[in-house]
Amino acid sequence: MAIGELVPGVAAGRLSPDKYAENFSDLHAPLDAHEALVAADRCYFCYDAPCVTACPTDIDIPLFIRQIATGTADAAGITIFSQNILGGMCARVCPTETLCEETCVREVAEGKPVQIGQLQRFATDHLMAQNAHPFNRAADTGRRVAVVGAGPAGLACAHRLAMHGHRVVVYDGNAKAGGLNEYGIASYKTVDSFAEREVSWLLEIGGITIESDKKLGGDLNLAELTDRFDAVFLAIGLAGVNALGASGQGKAGVRDAVDFIAELRQAESYAQVSIGRDVVVIGGGMTAVDAAVQAKLLGALNVTLVYRRSRERMNASRFEQDLAAAKGVRIITNAAPVEISGNAAVESISFEYMDDDLTPMGEIFTLRADQVLTAIGQTLGATDLPSLTRGRIAVSQDGRTSVANVWAGGDCTGLGDDLTVTAVAQGRDAAEDIHRALGA
Amino acid sequence: MANLQSDFIGIKSPNPFWLASAPPTDKEYNVRRAFEAGWGGVVWKTLGLDPHIVNVNGPRYGAIWGADRRLLGLNNIELITDRPLEINLQEIKSVKRDYPDRAMVVSLMVPCEEDPWKFILGKVEDTGADGVELNFGCPHGMSERGMGSAVGQVPEYIEMVTRWVKSHTRMPVIVKLTPNIADIRGPAAAAHAGGADAVSLINTINSITSVNLDHFAPEPMIGDKGAHGGYCGPAVKPIALNMVAEISRTPELQGLPISGIGGVTTWRDAAEFITLGAGNVQVCTAAMTYGFKIVQEMISGLSQYMDEKSFTSVDQLIGRAVPNISDWQHLNLNYVAKAKINQDLCIQCGRCYAACEDTSHQAIAMSDQRVFTVKDDECVACNLCVNVCPVEACITLEPMAEGTVDPRTGKVVDPTYANWTTHPNNPASLTAAE
Ligand SMILES: Cc1cc2nc3c(=O)[nH]c(=O)nc-3n(C[C@H](O)[C@H](O)[C@H](O)COP(=O)(O)OP(=O)(O)OC[C@H]3O[C@@H](n4cnc5c(N)ncnc54)[C@H](O)[C@@H]3O)c2cc1C
Ligand SMILES: Cc1cc2nc3c(=O)[nH]c(=O)nc-3n(C[C@H](O)[C@H](O)[C@H](O)COP(=O)(O)O)c2cc1C
Ligand code: SF4
Ligand code: SF4
Ligand code: SF4
Repeated sequence: MAIGELVPGVAAGRLSPDKYAENFSDLHAPLDAHEALVAADRCYFCYDAPCVTACPTDIDIPLFIRQIATGTADAAGITIFSQNILGGMCARVCPTETLCEETCVREVAEGKPVQIGQLQRFATDHLMAQNAHPFNRAADTGRRVAVVGAGPAGLACAHRLAMHGHRVVVYDGNAKAGGLNEYGIASYKTVDSFAEREVSWLLEIGGITIESDKKLGGDLNLAELTDRFDAVFLAIGLAGVNALGASGQGKAGVRDAVDFIAELRQAESYAQVSIGRDVVVIGGGMTAVDAAVQAKLLGALNVTLVYRRSRERMNASRFEQDLAAAKGVRIITNAAPVEISGNAAVESISFEYMDDDLTPMGEIFTLRADQVLTAIGQTLGATDLPSLTRGRIAVSQDGRTSVANVWAGGDCTGLGDDLTVTAVAQGRDAAEDIHRALGA
Repeated sequence: MANLQSDFIGIKSPNPFWLASAPPTDKEYNVRRAFEAGWGGVVWKTLGLDPHIVNVNGPRYGAIWGADRRLLGLNNIELITDRPLEINLQEIKSVKRDYPDRAMVVSLMVPCEEDPWKFILGKVEDTGADGVELNFGCPHGMSERGMGSAVGQVPEYIEMVTRWVKSHTRMPVIVKLTPNIADIRGPAAAAHAGGADAVSLINTINSITSVNLDHFAPEPMIGDKGAHGGYCGPAVKPIALNMVAEISRTPELQGLPISGIGGVTTWRDAAEFITLGAGNVQVCTAAMTYGFKIVQEMISGLSQYMDEKSFTSVDQLIGRAVPNISDWQHLNLNYVAKAKINQDLCIQCGRCYAACEDTSHQAIAMSDQRVFTVKDDECVACNLCVNVCPVEACITLEPMAEGTVDPRTGKVVDPTYANWTTHPNNPASLTAAE
């Protein structure tokens, strides 16, 4: 039975099963066939379209939308997947308002972009529902490549290598493949175990073996991998997290937001996930917003997101900030945490106002809190790696690292924005470079 | 992916999508880019004799648009190529040399005398082109000079010129027909009689797209005057489809290959032309509206369709719908259907009601709650509501099962086929005469 939102402390089962189901349903309901045609009709089939340039994986957006408009959604799906094999996930999680849709000529002209993300979802869902993988493997080349990390970068790389006929072993330290698609993305963006279904669909290409619970720096070491394989692709994401640096951070109830989201994503039922009554989330990125929104959806009474700089400087897009506000999250900006108070468990947290250069303004305020979620950035958190630059693996544009025959891509490199779609692009491009290198 | 390889009167191309003779094919730069984009072939912009013709220096096009300014119909007053013959011939030769797998057909229009035809055919043969298309269709400007549709409207001329051309070249000859004629079968038969290897249709339709209501002149205006032009684009497709079908189903014209032209904009349009008997299609306005890249959608769409239908070659699709093109008098009068509104899809706009109540058979009921339902005892299954409904597949026409009673007529639905020729109300009917 639901215990309700007013019960103090960190508690599970605040809401009724129906309420959980409603709260965690699809953020955007998928377009039906009629809506998809109407939406597709708005596309101008622009020449050298700006939306394509804005897509990190260069999906031919006008072409796939025209294919939807002409009643061939499966052809549209192939257009998408041939550039971005995780086009289904990207259709759900891409911040389109800062990517393709931001540059759509109809956004610029009318403030109303073509619904590219939703149309992409329509096409990819359509093709995936055919239960037949659309690509074939080239003849086996006899070459073997190790991929470390089964997140978007690793999976995209593995798939492209497999298409070229190479054999791929993907190692991952976690129990399930998918990386943050499986453990990090907000539940309401990827409902009905989509991440898991997408991985099995992707693997249907053949030639890819996944070995879970195998960690680089533990069960595996890089030298041994380069010995055993013709090439190695590192796609280990960011396993570590930044520490808060406020006093009292060791108290019960203070928790890393990524960890909280992973628990939520893996929970058998939302009713099992404990959430505070008064939750404070610290951070200004996508993770902070996702944690805050999901805390609210789990039945927290008050959720406050506190960011140390101004709204404009938040990494979370305007759309995501508005989403948080619409779900009832209060956003406080220009305030940094000073002290977490309470006996064993957190009871309150104090902040000091800051200007945008993080100069303290001398004014302190306190928020009641029985749970504090920190989302202040992730770090590489791994050892036995090629040379780093600014805390991430140093790579060339093609993803080559300082070690011969070792490539890297995705969040662990810091080559682009930390987004699913960027990770896919880097995985795919590294695979092409590996393929070229193996052919030579 | 289905194999789209096409062989049209011996001219091979990797797909059945050719660019029609028009601005997209009027020079080497365009045609090279078209081939790079994936077009299977081109019909080069119509060549004429030197001194080359000139075009107006003002607007050549008029248009009509649908919602969201989607271009539906285009009208033009452009003439044939306005570049010297030799330049065109050199360019044709150079492009064909570099793209041997693509179809290169050259459109021609010279005065109605044998020598000019003989002269220009020799020139074209030297380019290595795969065939020629005789432009008997241009309905403006050139027709005032006794060429284009002035020839296409006189079957005797068509036959005569076609015969000359066949006698002076070994290249396959396509005769391009004008739709500005009462019955397309006459010109098609004339081309056939003259020995044409194929016909292509349609060229553009005489049209005025709009009138300027401040200056009182047809548009586009060259200064203060306008001339009628030739109409093309999506709006002309139904007219073109019918003309293709008329030729396909004429027994005397069996085996005369057809290149389908007129409003082809998507793979579906192309497939429709092909099922009505076209061996390939030609495209002009769609490329002029969206650029060469649209051929990618045509290729992927046609191959998806062919895969879904298990067709392995385009040939299997050609003429597939021809046996089902019927005269009205042979339609089954015992076939009974009723409109059905899917309440889950209905958005309650009431357009079906307005259409049926005001202008048709008063067969749709509207409740106080704006629920729209079909009255089976009034519905004649005319399909008007289906066509005006803004939601596709919201209203469908459902055939009535045999043996059930049509509440409109009180008659049992008869499974046997019966048409007008035997209907008692037909004064000429055999049964009525008994
Ligand atoms: C909470 C959250 C929400 C997000 N929401 C969005 C969003 O809505 N839209 C968006 O575009 N992006 C979002 N992102 C960012 C996006 O998830 C990442 O940019 C993307 O997943 C990076 O892909 P990757 O393959 O580089 O790394 P990851 O997805 O992190 O995958 C790395 C994989 O490597 C494995 N691994 C790590 N270390 C080792 C090791 N030593 N040995 C073996 N395996 C190892 C991990 O288990 C994991 O499976 C979000 C991120 C977070 C944290
Ligand atoms: C601007 C323009 C110029 C054209 N010029 C020619 C021509 O030179 N020769 C010709 O045979 N047809 C010409 N056409 C007709 C086209 O080849 C084609 O038959 C017609 O446009 C119908 O096809 P569509 O609906 O795909 O445009 C021209 C059409 C346009 C729009
Ligand atoms: S910019 Fe917008 S209108 Fe243009 S092709 Fe892209 S989605 Fe279509
Ligand atoms: S389309 Fe090009 S050539 Fe024609 S009027 Fe516009 S700018 Fe001039
Ligand atoms: S036109 Fe279509 S959507 Fe409108 S009321 Fe009729 S059935 Fe419903």
